[in-house]
Amino acid sequence: MNFETTIGLEVHVELKTNSKIFSPSPVQFGSEPNANTNVIDWGYPGVLPSTNKGVVEDGIKAALALHAEIEQNPHFDRKNYFYPDNPKAYQISQSETPLAHDGWIEIEVDGEKKKIGIAEMHIEEDAGKNTHSPNGFSFVDLNRQGTPLIEIVSKPDITSPDEAYAYLEALRQRIQFTGVSDVKMEEGSMRVDVNISIRPIGSDKYGTKTELKNLNSFNYVRKGLAFEEQRQQRVLMSGGTIGQETRRYDEASGQTILMRVKEGSDDYRYFPEPDLPVLEISDDWINEIKADMPEMPSNRRDRYVNELGLKEYDAMVLTQTKEMSDFFEAAVAKGADAKMTANYLMGDVNAYLNDNQVDLQDTKLTPENLAGMVKLIDDGTISTKMAKKVFKAITNGEEPASYVKEHGLVQLSDPAQLQPIIDEVLANNEQSIEDFKNGKDRAVGYLVGQIMKQTHGQANPQVVNQLLMKSLKAL
Amino acid sequence: MASKIDEQQVKHVASLAKLQFDDDQLGKFTTQLESIIDLFETIDKVDTTGVKPMTSATDQVNAMREDIAVNSNQREALLNNAPDTEEGYIKVPAIIDESGDGE
Repeated sequence: MNFETTIGLEVHVELKTNSKIFSPSPVQFGSEPNANTNVIDWGYPGVLPSTNKGVVEDGIKAALALHAEIEQNPHFDRKNYFYPDNPKAYQISQSETPLAHDGWIEIEVDGEKKKIGIAEMHIEEDAGKNTHSPNGFSFVDLNRQGTPLIEIVSKPDITSPDEAYAYLEALRQRIQFTGVSDVKMEEGSMRVDVNISIRPIGSDKYGTKTELKNLNSFNYVRKGLAFEEQRQQRVLMSGGTIGQETRRYDEASGQTILMRVKEGSDDYRYFPEPDLPVLEISDDWINEIKADMPEMPSNRRDRYVNELGLKEYDAMVLTQTKEMSDFFEAAVAKGADAKMTANYLMGDVNAYLNDNQVDLQDTKLTPENLAGMVKLIDDGTISTKMAKKVFKAITNGEEPASYVKEHGLVQLSDPAQLQPIIDEVLANNEQSIEDFKNGKDRAVGYLVGQIMKQTHGQANPQVVNQLLMKSLKAL
Repeated sequence: MASKIDEQQVKHVASLAKLQFDDDQLGKFTTQLESIIDLFETIDKVDTTGVKPMTSATDQVNAMREDIAVNSNQREALLNNAPDTEEGYIKVPAIIDESGDGE
């Protein structure tokens, strides 16, 4: 029997606002526990939440990036559950009227493009953080309580683990380009819950879905889903049934392990949040935000290919993060050759970032200095070999032109200066000239080597070759 | 008349609210809840055709706060008011995540 797979993804993204969604406490990481809290965050009796305009704005931005329709009269709802990281015993979220619905993003798997629908996107507050100790206690930090989140729910259009991976990557890029979030899974600013079901091809009813937890990277999402897809097939093929259960992905073994069986559906007893006034999102407000939207990665890719002549693959690599893409554009704006800049960013710069485990914006590299170096290569001032040294210097924040001058790294390209050296080398190597005349091409290599040695490696190899061949033929 | 809510449902709602009732209470609250539901059924008879559902008690619209952070600087006071604390954290009995959500 052949099966088809249906995958659903719920993605939570933390917004980078100054203050929390319903209280003015700061949104800040790495603070002392409970330092960024007030009576609202603790859920004291009698306190009232107030909606952060910046969150609504960021939500609209994200919705526009997902081609979603904005709900112009949204309200908030209470989702009721008890847990120590949730002091009010309810989370203010949206259920009836999510901020946006019916969006889509485009993904590409093995060269095939496909649109994946977004069912809805809503704004809500994050909970605090629990740390469990082995001696029967938990420790609660409410700094994260009230941090604004958007939750993005996909339509059942994703049919393979690879598509799920591509969807997450495309989603991350688009959200990152809007600037509303860092969208980093390793830092918790992007969190992914997935569900998966399979059914015999042609069946008009979805199979029972299982939920997967503990997926801490896009790669684990893909691996966890692939394992679960196979597991469900094995169960069904052997005559079993899939239980409605939550399973944990085990990174070490690559398997999914049963956590708990779910009975019935969650009972959060949603009802409209009476403490917050309703919102009316006008066309004017939406248009204002639209006019201010940064260019999306797909548009940038098209422009890089069509206007700057980059390869599709290169354009894709450069637009993986907004920082890289902005850096590239700034360097090109400074007059650097686009292809050479792209090569340096994808090669030396990426290697440098990987080796040092840093983000581009946390280095001393600047678009000006990279552009300066590329221009020095482009106009023949330095060789690509010398550029290795210059690159090291610009990672320390040095200005390339002055570094090159200070360290005498100037390439010798002037024929008037090179010719006397070539003549001298030829005069001292009669045997090589003899060899050349006898058709031994190796002799040329030897002579070039001698010239490079005389110039301490500063001679422009191309110019040397040209001049040398001319001289040899004239002999 | 069929009962509008039975003891099973009351038990379920009680467990969601982390409440435990003994048998006497269960019977008593079930009867009380039934009369509350009766009341709502009466309210439900009002013709609300054309009336928009109300979600907020205020008629304010778009009353929003600018995104400016203000630290309350009340950490110590808030922690002093917690039943138990340790190293700046609120100390609570370990609770296994029953909701399965824990977001």
